[in-house]
Amino acid sequence: MSSVTSQLDQKLGLKLDLKTVGPFLALIALFVLGILVNQAFLSTGNLTNILTRSSFIGIIAVGATFVITAGGIDLSVGSMAAFISGCMIVIMNTLAATMEPGIMIVLAGVLASIILGTAAGFVNGFLTTKGKIEAFIVTLGTMGIYRSLVTYVADGGTLSLNRATRDVYRPVYYDDFLGIPFPVLVFLVVAVLGYIILNRTVFGRHCFAIGSNENVARYSAVHVDRVKTLTYIVQGLCVSIATIIYVPRLGSASAQTGTLWELEAIAAVIIGGTVLKGGYGRIWGTVVGALILTMIGNILNLTDSISNYLNGTVQGVIIVVAVFLQRGSWRLSKKKK
Amino acid sequence: MNFKRKAIAAAVGIMMAFPSAAALADKFKIGVSIPTATHGWTGGVNFHAKETKARLEKVYPDLEIILVTAADPTAQANDLEDLVSIHAIDALVILPTDGGPLTDPIRRVKESGALVTVVDRALTDNTIHDVYVAGNNPELGAVSAKYIKKALGGKGNIVILRGLPIVIDEERFDAFMDGIKDTDIKVLDHKHANWNRDDGFTVMQDFLARFPKIDAVWAQDDDIALGVIEAVKQAGREDELFIVGGAGMKDIIKRVMDGDRLTPVDVLYPPSMISTAMEVTALKAVTGAPIKGEYIVGSPLITKENAKDYYFPNSPF
Repeated sequence: MSSVTSQLDQKLGLKLDLKTVGPFLALIALFVLGILVNQAFLSTGNLTNILTRSSFIGIIAVGATFVITAGGIDLSVGSMAAFISGCMIVIMNTLAATMEPGIMIVLAGVLASIILGTAAGFVNGFLTTKGKIEAFIVTLGTMGIYRSLVTYVADGGTLSLNRATRDVYRPVYYDDFLGIPFPVLVFLVVAVLGYIILNRTVFGRHCFAIGSNENVARYSAVHVDRVKTLTYIVQGLCVSIATIIYVPRLGSASAQTGTLWELEAIAAVIIGGTVLKGGYGRIWGTVVGALILTMIGNILNLTDSISNYLNGTVQGVIIVVAVFLQRGSWRLSKKKK
Repeated sequence: MNFKRKAIAAAVGIMMAFPSAAALADKFKIGVSIPTATHGWTGGVNFHAKETKARLEKVYPDLEIILVTAADPTAQANDLEDLVSIHAIDALVILPTDGGPLTDPIRRVKESGALVTVVDRALTDNTIHDVYVAGNNPELGAVSAKYIKKALGGKGNIVILRGLPIVIDEERFDAFMDGIKDTDIKVLDHKHANWNRDDGFTVMQDFLARFPKIDAVWAQDDDIALGVIEAVKQAGREDELFIVGGAGMKDIIKRVMDGDRLTPVDVLYPPSMISTAMEVTALKAVTGAPIKGEYIVGSPLITKENAKDYYFPNSPF
């Protein structure tokens, strides 16, 4: 009898492990697929491209993990990224007109980005908690506001960073440290910090508690409003960090910048195993989710055997299958109980 | 007495027969409906529409131009209703967000007696418009193909970055492929980059990782081209290839003017076609000139020599 239960326990343990490693398995499967599709997939250049590219969505998704774990949602991140990029460029161009191009201008831009990101996050959080409006509606509203503001600032066109400043700023995206591109390093640092904050601090535990049951958390003396507002500020900061490494890539921002990033970020979070309705979040899963999303696009670009028109289908199928694998194992373990 | 009454009746009759002439005594109203500036090209359309409105109203004091922008076909259809019912426009200049769904709303404007000028995107019923002003998408593809064929001496490896999967893109692409058939130019692959800089960058990065030798890139659009330029620079392969964009964005035209080796030419698809449409409509409205028919704005090749004619540094596009 006891051996049977222990066997069952082992099985359950295995199931739990599968759930945790699910996203990693999906990543490995995609990796193998990539190699099969085209040898060029394995080239250092291509792998570096994938990592660097995934850093924007990845960093934003780390922030989204906090918001979603605490039971919220932020739809404004893509527009916010476009708006912050636009403001950074305008500020740096204005400064460049009065002073010598140099690192000070770039630092001013970076500072502006952090202030704007924090403020934007605070607005979302404040309206959600104190304003008592559903996060979906608040962030849907701010999404429209930031998108139209950047269109207005750019006069419907494109804002471009002036050449001299761009030359100073460019290495932030294109250079590397010990062979690792800066954006990847930043992504790594953000992910590690995110992991520590979500899993090893009181704030992180409170996020889990609020996402599981807001009322219970409130009765347990958790400052629900404060913690929820903080998650949106973390999200805003992550968006600002992402724009700081995005702007030097093309040196421009337009109304098209960051379109649909919010959905990609949310998809990365969910693929990674975080629960959309809150209460459970996993940073490493999110990182893997972002890599998976970027890798799908990359693999599709490396082959001409799939019609261009079907790209969306392939992406959709892979996302659904990746999430199904995790949820499927959940259902199985529940049945066993 | 009798004579007087007849005269009034005749006058009323004349006014009813020539409603535009009657309005002219008042003010002639032209409604201009264009898409919201959501990307570079429509930003250019907005810029030129505003400039042209200011210029025309100055030249023709009896003219009033009402400019409205809409983000999607539904909003644009609402705009049309307002232009007719509130402003009682005498003429409409419209660049439809999408020709299909807007065909009927535009037909209703026509039935209200207004003169209709359609710009760039055709309606599904081409008996509605009085004047049609459009760019030439097949020509854009053909001109690009002709240049690349000549520059490569009829042979080489090229990659193509396409726009969004819609009719405009198909027309350009088909004409291009037609232009290079019967040559030794090999299209290594073509992918959609959605007329977007970021997508142009990533798609080109992947092309560069995949193909060791690329002789030319047809980016079809200047926004895509800007992304391609960065990807090529990152890979350090500027000396291997050249890029042909399209539309006539000022950044690219500046590069052509400066003799940039990477972007030797550009192919025009001018957002200023909205100006042409507005000018023609105003001329017909004010002078009653017998203007009717289709005006196709060409897609000439912009080279270092003629680039200055197409350079508008004040335009956002």
